[in-house]
This record gives sequence, C-alpha cells and structure tokens, in this order.
Amino acid sequence: MSDARDNGEHDKQQTSEAALSARLQRLGERLARDQASRPSDSPGADGGATASGYAKGFRLSSELVAGVAVGAGIGWAIDRWLGISPWGLIVFLLLGFAAGVLNVMRSAGVVPKSRLDGGWDRNEEG
Amino acid sequence: MQLNPVEQFEIHNMMPMVNMGGHQIAFTNASLYMLLIVAVASLLLVGGTARRAIVPGRIQSMAEMFYEFVAHTVQSSAGTEGMKFFPFVFTLFIFVLLANLIGLIPFSFTVTSQLVVTAALALTVFFVVVGYGFYKHGLRFLRLFVPKGVPSYILPAIVVIEVLSFLTRPLSHSVRLFANMLAGHITLQVFAAFIIMLAGFGVLGWFGAVLPFVMVVVLFALELLVAILQAYVFAILTCIYLNDAIHPGH
Repeated sequence: MSDARDNGEHDKQQTSEAALSARLQRLGERLARDQASRPSDSPGADGGATASGYAKGFRLSSELVAGVAVGAGIGWAIDRWLGISPWGLIVFLLLGFAAGVLNVMRSAGVVPKSRLDGGWDRNEEG
Repeated sequence: MQLNPVEQFEIHNMMPMVNMGGHQIAFTNASLYMLLIVAVASLLLVGGTARRAIVPGRIQSMAEMFYEFVAHTVQSSAGTEGMKFFPFVFTLFIFVLLANLIGLIPFSFTVTSQLVVTAALALTVFFVVVGYGFYKHGLRFLRLFVPKGVPSYILPAIVVIEVLSFLTRPLSHSVRLFANMLAGHITLQVFAAFIIMLAGFGVLGWFGAVLPFVMVVVLFALELLVAILQAYVFAILTCIYLNDAIHPGH
C-alpha cells in the first residue's frame, strides 16, 4: 500500500522526466523505422534486387560460391608456392567458406553490412 | 537456324589479325558490339543533351532520367562524397545496360555474356576501390579488415576471413552479371529451338509449338527485367564498394 503511494509521489516528481523519456522513445522508434526503410534502397539489400526474389536468390548464391572459389584458389596457390599441399587448400577452403557465409549474411542484412560502415566502429566511438 | 543454344556466344574474328607488341590483336564480333554500345550511348546522351531545351524532348528527358537515376543511386549509397565517382558509375551503368539490352535483340551478340568483359569491369572497380582507399586513407584503409569489439583470440581468424570476403568481391560482382546473361540467353534459345523442332512434326506439332512460344514470350519479358535489374545491381554494388573506399572506418 505505502509502496504504491510512494510510487505515485515518485511518478509525480518524475513527470517531466517521464515525458522526456517518452519523447526520446518515440524519437528512437522513428529513427529505427527510418533506418529500417532505408536499407531497401541502399547498400546490401539493394531495392532493385529485392524487387525480384530471383535476383536476390541469385545474388546470395553467387556470394557463397565466390567465397568458396576464392578460398580454394588462394589455398591452391599457396600450396604451389610453399609446397605444403594439401594443407593450404584445406585451410583456405574452410576460410573461404566462412567468408562466403559472411558475405551471404551481410548481403541478406542479417549481420551489419560491413564493418566499415557497420556498428562495431560506431560502438567504439560512441 | 541455329539450334545449338551456346552457338550465340561464339567469338568470331572479323578482321585480319594485327600483331601488336608480340600479341595478336583481333577485331571480333564482341569488339564490334562494344563499339556499337559506345556509339549508341554517345548518340543517346550527346544527341539528347545537344539542344538543352527547357522543355525536354523525348531523348533529352531519357538522358535526364538516366542522370537523375544514377545520381540518386550514387548519393544514397556512397554519400555526397561519392559523387566524384559519378562519371565512373554512370559509364559502367550505361555500358552494362546497353550491352544487356542490345544483346536481347534477336541475332545480336551479348557482350556481358562473356566472363572476360564482366571480369574486366569488376576488376576495374576493385582496383579503383583499393587504389582510392590507399590514396585517401593510407594504411588506415587496412582498418577495414579489423572489426572492433572482437576478442583478440579470434581476431586473426576474423581478419583472414574479412580479407577473403573482400577478395571475393570482384568474382561475385562479375560472375553475377555474366551468369545471369548467359543463363537467360541459353534458356531463351532452348525454348526457341523447341518451337522449331515441334513445328517440324507437322500439324500436330504446330499446336504443340504454341506452348514453348508462350514460354519464349514470357521469358523474354523476364529477360528484359533481368537485363535492367542486373545493370542496376552492378552499378549499386559499385557504389557500395566505393563507399568502403571513401569511408573505411566511418
């Protein structure tokens, strides 16, 4: 009971603060909405590609294949160069696969687009 | 009539070979179509903007639409600073767009269905990004590969994966355009060949040939969409990559 009354007084004291936080929350929501709508016509999701699921699917699959292919190519080249066959191919094929998956997730918008304009740097600075 | 679906991608030499510095330089049908693309683009844009009418004519408003569209794309994905690359992106976009569209004209040759061409374009973009990144930011450009807030014990692996993911860009950039055009043109050719084969069976075949004919019409519309879409995707990916070179750490 008394707790409730205390809380009521508390609320009265903090009305201005509450109003401020409500406004902040609304601003946050609006920013989130704006940011959610923006990627559709800029990096990663690219509006043109999402216009057609065919194009998007093709884009994702080509990202993955490119990752594996580049990894295998680099691994093969390192094997030839250092003569450590087949270890370079094994390691770089796996790393290439990881890079391909990263690319796919990035272009699908699951992970921050790229570390360059993504959240990691901003966290540090912010 | 060619019934072989990949015959359309053959390169023919059209002029006697010229020896230039120990290399044989050939003028092929691909070269011819590239010249044609450049000629059409120049005609369209130079011709369209020659009059500079306040109330634009048909061609002028088309040229203006191209300009505004690409300018908007560059600005939204590479920022205002990216506008210094506008001529580069615009050239790429118009070249790829016209190559795709001219390739859709029956009996013509599709330049972008050659991996050599798309790879050359994608590698140009890649080297422009790397070159401008190092020119603008020096070694700080390498921070691109070092994400912040990652525990130090997995950082080496992450950096290697980031570098690999950066290196895959020219490949996926070029293969996407090339494979789309190649696959689309092969599909069209296969269905068109069905019409001819079925029509060879006589009256009953003619009725059967209606089905692949409908498919060809539908596929052609799809290919038209893909041609424009892939030119746009190529341009916007160029912008995204350029954005990395312009703001590597934000």
